[in-house]
Amino acid sequence: MNFDMPNFLPAMPEMFVLGMTSLILIIDLFLNERTRVVSYLLAQATLVGAFILSLSLYSGNAELSFSDTFVLDPMAGVLKMAVYATVFMVFLYSHSYLRERGLFRGEFFVLALFGVLGMMVLISAHSFLTIYLGLELMSLALYAMVAMQRDSRTASEAAMKYFILGAMASAMLLYGMSMLYGVTGTLELTELSRAVQQTQGDRLLLVFGLVFLLVGVAFKLGAVPFHMWVPDVYHGAPTAVTLFISTAPKLAGFAMLMRLMVDGLPGLQPQWHDILVLLAVLSIGVGNVVAIAQTNIKRMLAYSGISHAGFLLLGVLSGTPEGYAAGMFYAIVYTIMGLGGFGMVILMSRAGFEAEQLEDYKGLNQRSPWFALMMLFIMFSMAGVPPFIGFWAKLAVLQAVVSANLMWLAAVAVIFSVIGAFFYLRVIKLMYFDQAREQGSLKPGADLAVVLSANAIGILALGAFPGALMALCLQAMGA
Amino acid sequence: MQTITLLIVLAPLLGALIAGLFGGTIGRGGAHTVTTVGVAIAFVLSALVFKQIAIDGAESFNHSVYIWLVSEGIRFEVGFLVDELTAMMMVVVTFVSLMVHIYTIGYMAHDEENWPEGSGAGINSYQRFFSYISLFTFSMLMLVMANNFMQLFFGWEAVGLVSYLLIGFWSVRETAVFANLKAFLVNRVGDFGFLLGIAAVLMHFNTLDYASVFNAVELQKDVTISIWPGSEWNIMTVIAILLFIGAMGKSAQVPLHVWLPDSMEGPTPISALIHAATMVTAGIFMVARMSPIYELSEVALAVVLTIGAITALFMGFLGLVQHDIKRVVAYSTLSQLGYMTVALGASAYAAGVFHLMTHAFFKALLFLAAGSVIIAMHHKQDMREMGGLRKYMPITWLTSLIGSLALIGAPGFSGFFSKDSIIEAVHHSTIPGSGFAYFAVLAGVFITALYSFRMYFLVFHGKERMDEHTRSHLHETPWVVTVPLILLAIPSIFIGGPYVGSMVFGDFFSEAITVAPAHDVLSQVGFTSAMGMIGHGFLTAPFWLAASGVFVAWFLYMRRTDLPAKIVALPVVKQIHWVLVNKYGFDDFNQAVFGGGSRNLGTGLWKVGDVALIDGLLVNGSARLVGMVSAVARHLQSGYLYHYAFAMILGLLALFGLFVVG
Repeated sequence: MNFDMPNFLPAMPEMFVLGMTSLILIIDLFLNERTRVVSYLLAQATLVGAFILSLSLYSGNAELSFSDTFVLDPMAGVLKMAVYATVFMVFLYSHSYLRERGLFRGEFFVLALFGVLGMMVLISAHSFLTIYLGLELMSLALYAMVAMQRDSRTASEAAMKYFILGAMASAMLLYGMSMLYGVTGTLELTELSRAVQQTQGDRLLLVFGLVFLLVGVAFKLGAVPFHMWVPDVYHGAPTAVTLFISTAPKLAGFAMLMRLMVDGLPGLQPQWHDILVLLAVLSIGVGNVVAIAQTNIKRMLAYSGISHAGFLLLGVLSGTPEGYAAGMFYAIVYTIMGLGGFGMVILMSRAGFEAEQLEDYKGLNQRSPWFALMMLFIMFSMAGVPPFIGFWAKLAVLQAVVSANLMWLAAVAVIFSVIGAFFYLRVIKLMYFDQAREQGSLKPGADLAVVLSANAIGILALGAFPGALMALCLQAMGA
Repeated sequence: MQTITLLIVLAPLLGALIAGLFGGTIGRGGAHTVTTVGVAIAFVLSALVFKQIAIDGAESFNHSVYIWLVSEGIRFEVGFLVDELTAMMMVVVTFVSLMVHIYTIGYMAHDEENWPEGSGAGINSYQRFFSYISLFTFSMLMLVMANNFMQLFFGWEAVGLVSYLLIGFWSVRETAVFANLKAFLVNRVGDFGFLLGIAAVLMHFNTLDYASVFNAVELQKDVTISIWPGSEWNIMTVIAILLFIGAMGKSAQVPLHVWLPDSMEGPTPISALIHAATMVTAGIFMVARMSPIYELSEVALAVVLTIGAITALFMGFLGLVQHDIKRVVAYSTLSQLGYMTVALGASAYAAGVFHLMTHAFFKALLFLAAGSVIIAMHHKQDMREMGGLRKYMPITWLTSLIGSLALIGAPGFSGFFSKDSIIEAVHHSTIPGSGFAYFAVLAGVFITALYSFRMYFLVFHGKERMDEHTRSHLHETPWVVTVPLILLAIPSIFIGGPYVGSMVFGDFFSEAITVAPAHDVLSQVGFTSAMGMIGHGFLTAPFWLAASGVFVAWFLYMRRTDLPAKIVALPVVKQIHWVLVNKYGFDDFNQAVFGGGSRNLGTGLWKVGDVALIDGLLVNGSARLVGMVSAVARHLQSGYLYHYAFAMILGLLALFGLFVVG
């Protein structure tokens, strides 16, 4: 047996996050209610530190390490930085929400950081083993976070559903991996792609494995028909946890899709292209249509997230670097908008009142015109109205689809987004044209008010200047 | 330069945003301070730009500052083109706007009296007003500083929007709401043409950038298109006429003039700013800016000339029969816009633009003076209830006299130089229709003098016809009102002489405005110097026409005040008077034919097309379908874990069936 010393440098951010999280876990034991804020600050410092590390490691080349099971390429760099920034925002948003509900405990931050670590591993994975490792690390943290509010029945129920369905999806993913391993004899993605190219004749077993793999990915992204958990979990979990689940893991899910399909199985592109078309159409259709019937804003945003997942798939299925860049752009933009949407739910809620019903948004303009305006930005952006960033995200994926000669698919996507515009605009109608049920303006904490305003104005500003982010995505995909 | 131009545009916008969004917080003082300071910054910087470009002879500036999107090679962007023409417009717009801002502090001081008790719209109306006029300044600057058609259209629509908001500012008055709707709808007609014109530019030049279009016009000048089978149109003629339809709407040329008199329902400061000095001249500015296109089409020039001449003469007549002080000034504005349009049609763009500038000052002055009178009269506007105000309001009286003298073109005043240049230019023009235009502008001089001094004598001299209560409260208006009057009176007298040589007859606009040698009427006028022009001015027909107009006004309204009623009672005059009082029937015709017709058409389409087909079948039908589907699909989300797991397995099996087995 012969051990080479692996190159640790590309994995510096991962090691840093792991070390810091373990440290917080220990420090938190010695903290009480009053000093708990130390854990919060340390968690934020961890994210900032990881961001700096990833930024300093960012370069245009791909670097393999740990016997080719780990890769640091531009896509990994950008997505990781997006994850840190997202989770940083999540912590800012949740801080006072958790405090008011007695959830302000070290576990939240430790679990979230372990989740972040899982996402990082997943994003940088270059072998079936590391993909599975990252996925499970992330998922287990998420299951536990959903269940954190132990005295809430809906939260426990949601966690249970999430865990069991997630376990099923994992099992299917593993089964698919084992199938592909059986055919090709390798777990490493570059070798896998080579082996798939060289396979002559019958590809039945390969496609068999591919279907199982895609079920696992579709579950994580919440694509129809593997989306059933999404509304229940988003609805049942405490809003701060929903905020976390609905944003950063999507970036990791996108990375997982890219690693498996584009890095690992380019040889099966015709097959996965067809499957993704089906998943995308179903997701966009079901997401947009069922959202209309929702009366709970968290469920509505959950269905909206399902349709956004469909749009994200549109970018990937086009099979060009421009399309991948469009998908990545969409994933990042969705994350920003999702932060704003659930952030608004957090801002509206207060101790003992969750502001989950659409009716709670009636007449918001009379009560707090500024926050109504911010919510208007977010809703318009999600609906894809120019000049907000959501418009550019939709435009980019549609361009990718059109350039892949799938005009009908673009048309279907546009029609369903028009249908979907209804439920976004309904929120605006409720805020601006209906009478408020209760009086008095919102009184959020200063940090919450600032972070939501920055988020919403960022959506507008990015919509006015989308060039830089798009260029970054194109660069990351080598287009 | 880029920073300065950006600051000029953004300072008023920032003021408007602060006053508009936080008006309730910062209060009245905060709102008028922040907007006035914003516009003052814009004015000072505009003056600086004007100095650099016009006096120091700096290169004109043409730069894009922000590209919003590029689609198929067509750029949608914000860019600034600052040359002599733009620099002059910037100074005029920001100066008049600044004066109006200051004036408004006094004019709107008691705005709460204009709203009924407990009206929600009356809350913070003062701050809202300031926000609107600052927003207007921003929009107007965007319009004049544009270097591409896209931004021109943005500014064009934005000023239209603010104009709409301000005409209907007192939204509880039915007449105001009617007027702002009318302005909006009539401008839609013009904008339709304008948009088609821009589309034609885009279609044929494949760019929206001014410079690229103007560079390409020479090559395209003989291209023809067929609009309907069997008719060939020169592309330049088509573009020029379509763009001019837009100008007709915005600059209120016959027959799209009907909205301007009604726009007087708005508060007086905006009548001065928007409906006299700046926005309505946007059409004039636009045609001057597009001179490279217009010069290639004699047909278009003839259309411009004729429409302008009709407006100049016939709108003047209407000023004679009005009793509302603001409406007299409004018709005078229409008539003067006609003069500018005539100048454009005669290819004397420089003269037209020069008249635009002098007119901006003296017409803003006249409006603000009228507003000052209205304040003193406790918001009564009927001249039959005024008279003898001279001794109560000396500053308003003197500045009004200056404005009126400038308007009628008394030698030496600014209006004299611009108007005489136009008349002389038309005299030399050979464009079809120039004979009629020459007659119209000459006759217009007499009419202008007559209605201007009719108003002047009725308001400031003669018997005091107001009731006792109003008389006892008459006094000069506060300094925030009179200072802008004085500051506007100065350029109304002096701006003409020093600049006429360079701007109209010199090469001041040579970079910005293109004139074909064959059309160059201004060089044939034989200008020597401003003093020479004044000396010559006393000998020409316009002077004697104006003088006789003043004399007739004096005779009828000071000497024999019984005569006007008798003249009107004469058989033929009675009918003419009836026609004039009914404004040639434009309003009745529009309301009966276009208003009524389109309402009927709309009702028909609404009943058949909308309610039955679109609403019934398509919208509600599909919405019901979607609603039904989503209500059903919603029940698939049963909440039972085994259902979910089953769905996943089904999904997996379906994928198998489709992609592995199939």
